[in-house]
Amino acid sequence: MRHKLIALAMLVSPSLKRAILLLLLLSSAVMAVEDVVSFSDESLRPRYQQLLEELRCPKCQNQNLADSNSAISQDLRAEVQRLLERDLSDDEIKEYLKNRYSEFILYRPQVNRATWFLWAAPIALLVLGGLILLGLSRRQKHRHSEKAGTTMRSDDQQQRLEALLGSQKRGSE
Amino acid sequence: MNRLTLFIPFALCLALGTFLFFSLDKDPLDLPSALVGEPFPEFVLEDLSDPQRQLSSDDFDGQVVLVNVWATWCFACRIEHPWLNSLAAEGVKIIGLNYKDYRELAQAWLQERGDPYQFSIFDPRGTLGIDLGVYGAPETYLVDAEGIIRHRRVGVVDERVWNEEFRDLYKQLMDAANAP
Repeated sequence: MRHKLIALAMLVSPSLKRAILLLLLLSSAVMAVEDVVSFSDESLRPRYQQLLEELRCPKCQNQNLADSNSAISQDLRAEVQRLLERDLSDDEIKEYLKNRYSEFILYRPQVNRATWFLWAAPIALLVLGGLILLGLSRRQKHRHSEKAGTTMRSDDQQQRLEALLGSQKRGSE
Repeated sequence: MNRLTLFIPFALCLALGTFLFFSLDKDPLDLPSALVGEPFPEFVLEDLSDPQRQLSSDDFDGQVVLVNVWATWCFACRIEHPWLNSLAAEGVKIIGLNYKDYRELAQAWLQERGDPYQFSIFDPRGTLGIDLGVYGAPETYLVDAEGIIRHRRVGVVDERVWNEEFRDLYKQLMDAANAP
């Protein structure tokens, strides 16, 4: 019934049509907001989002809690919200969930005996690559200067070369 | 010496290849259990069959028990149920954790299929589930007489799984509990 009325009004007046379309857009925006969680303090929201990005859904290997719509993710989102409202810090919340769901739930693993290699490897490889590059360029420079040294030093070779070139020039004339 | 250093990249590749090859066999679904070796979490929840009765871990009575997470919406629980019935018939004490379910449906399920549980903890909102790190059903925990979780199985426990993962440990824990 309401839809018919709106359609009728839209037929009657183009300016009314614009106003109605705007209203419809706004109402859908309002509905979208309703779907999202509410906090007692709005400053919790960015932290909530950040946590959901960094926490992994235990049931679905490659999704975080923000992306996954599985039942357990919904529960854990509610749990994160509850813990935020209880005034826990981000680290405390991660620790809380880690104690229940193991380190698996952290997309950013903590540095410990099992993970130090994971964290250190990129830096170590970068340093190693830098060292190799340095060594190669030094070797190259060394070779260059050696070559330069030989041409500088051997005056008689230079003379012979010029003599050869000279004779060749004369020959071609 | 210089010749040997030429083999370093080859050796590294070989090592990496071996490592990756053996990683192929690892099941990525195999979550490490955070609670094995830890005490069973504290809880106060209603009994499934009697809303007036409040249950807590004291009701485990200092016995070696299996805690089985189940629900009527869980398809694999149907497959698992007959084996739980036969375990209970052999005298294994099983406690149910009815997880995110409706009371009437769950009660009807037990009437229809038999009730292998000493009692079932009614956890409609999954709060104990979260404390246990449950992320699906069925899951089964072996809890020793001190209330420490000794083993966790995510998925169906059937005769094969029982023999492979539970039987020996269960016997061992029962012997320890019965020793003076």
